Amino acid sequence: MSAAITPPAPATPHPREETPFRRFVSEFAESKLALLGLGVFVLIALAAIFAPWITPQNPYDLAQLDIMDGRLPPGSVSGAGYTYLLGTDDQGRDMFSGMLYGLRISLLVGVGSALFAAVVGTTLGLLAAFFGRRIDTVIMRLVDLQLSFPSILVALMILAGLGKGVMNVVLALVIVEWAYYARTVRATAMVERRREYIEAAQCLALPWRRIMFHHLLPNCLPPLIVIATQQVARAIALEATLSFLGLGVPITEPSLGLLIANGYQYMLSGKYWISFYPGIALLVTIISINLVGDQLRDVLNPRLTR
Amino acid sequence: MLTWLVRRLIQALFVVLAMTVIVFIGVHIIGNPVDILISPEADQAERARIIANLGLDQPLWRQYLVFLNGALHGDLGRSFVFNEPALKLIAGRMPATMELAVTAVLMSVVIGVPLGLYAGLKPNGLLGRTIMAGSILGFSLPTFWVGLMLIMVFAVQLGWLPSTGRGQTAALFGVQWSFLTWDGLRHMAMPALNLSLFNISLVLRLTRAGVRETLPMDFIKFARAKGLSPARVIFVHVLKNIMIPVVTVVGLELGSTIAFAVVTESVFAWPGMGKLIIDSINVLDRPVIVAYLMMIVLLFITINLLVDILYTMLDPRVRLETKG
Repeated sequence: MSAAITPPAPATPHPREETPFRRFVSEFAESKLALLGLGVFVLIALAAIFAPWITPQNPYDLAQLDIMDGRLPPGSVSGAGYTYLLGTDDQGRDMFSGMLYGLRISLLVGVGSALFAAVVGTTLGLLAAFFGRRIDTVIMRLVDLQLSFPSILVALMILAGLGKGVMNVVLALVIVEWAYYARTVRATAMVERRREYIEAAQCLALPWRRIMFHHLLPNCLPPLIVIATQQVARAIALEATLSFLGLGVPITEPSLGLLIANGYQYMLSGKYWISFYPGIALLVTIISINLVGDQLRDVLNPRLTR
Repeated sequence: MLTWLVRRLIQALFVVLAMTVIVFIGVHIIGNPVDILISPEADQAERARIIANLGLDQPLWRQYLVFLNGALHGDLGRSFVFNEPALKLIAGRMPATMELAVTAVLMSVVIGVPLGLYAGLKPNGLLGRTIMAGSILGFSLPTFWVGLMLIMVFAVQLGWLPSTGRGQTAALFGVQWSFLTWDGLRHMAMPALNLSLFNISLVLRLTRAGVRETLPMDFIKFARAKGLSPARVIFVHVLKNIMIPVVTVVGLELGSTIAFAVVTESVFAWPGMGKLIIDSINVLDRPVIVAYLMMIVLLFITINLLVDILYTMLDPRVRLETKG
């Protein structure tokens, strides 16, 4: 997706020449907080991707777990010789390892569902704006209906039907989120489709699919990118909530939310670390994405004269 | 207007009907409740008898018709687990949820309006900016996480407040309420705050935006020029103007607050409808799941319908549009 907004910077002899992309980068970099958010998020993503090489143990390989090491506080030394940086859970699982593996699931579900919803929502939004009339009415009615229910309720309804599972959660999140994309894209596309370049493309008798995806879509990207960033954070938070309630991912593929739920019962007896550190990881992930999203909104919003 | 209303009502009815189909079929896809409810030791005849008793041997469409017929008579089936009418079960848990949700909504006004007022009057001050930054956190932090932190700090570390349950209740109109006893209030403090965090942020931002919009207006300048005290200008003239959108939004948010109580109730083991539905989903108590979902869908459709009607009556532009 990012490839679509970052035209390859031409190798010009004048390094200061302003291209839209350079202007975008420099405007984004104006906020140190957003840069910090981006840096933290990249770090988190890298840690999640390379988790098998960073973590001292594979938390789901039962042969590596020692139940005797259960519920050790942070800093304890394991039987195998390494230190449990963030302590262990009730199964004797290293929390640091468990957290990075959980982060993988959380990010996968969050980013995956947001992208999937973006594809569905964008397509429907473009269709509604491009064809108008009946199609527009039907799609937007559906959007209105869905947005009148809170997201948690829609997700609850779907998961009550489908049961637990990573794919089920992704599906539930896609159904919850597509409407936001559809509404945003439609609003932008309605304005764009009255422009001359669309008229020109129509005069050339280009097929409607080509006009929609090659001419209309690229010009609807800025608000789409903003919404997508916000929706990733929302998806991660909602997934964590659903998993915490025991409706989300199964116990064999625990995300951060499920890790927090597992440690919840021990928190009242003062063993805070089982819940606390996955919670901090969740928090930092969500906040860093939101910081980036806020700055993107400010930079890409055409209404703010800069 | 009447045609519009009738059309709108039929639409709502159609949505309700569609929802019953979706909810019913959806809930019947999950695992077989027979395996859960009947002990493995039961023999074949016993199994068949229980299945027939629960009506689970009928084809799906017939089960649906039976369900729809029952729903029209206010009977949404009996809970498999509690062996009680599902609707009665939910109605019994409803006061706990309502009292939590209403308290949370009231708290959002009591806390959100003053904070928003301050942030609006001093937008560039340190405190004003801190309040705004805090409101972003209120929007983006998952509710359950904040709930856990509240428990960790106020229940485990400091030991000030109890972490779970409703505490002592007192009866009013034949229903048990927590807000009537000191112990109940202590139990309610954390869940209500937790549930209201999102609304506090919302109210705070609305109030701030309203103040920023209202302050440069002529009638405020006039009130100042008249020599009214700054306090009177702010608390009477400014506040009166921004309360209309705030109250509208808060009223609309009551429905969402009831829905989101699912999370808060699970964290604080608050015995309301939300906790009941999560427990029911986990043990596949279908009639309760269906009854809860139907009830809350009905609630939302009613709220949306009322809002539409109110807007039509209040805003002549909407009225003209529907006529033309």
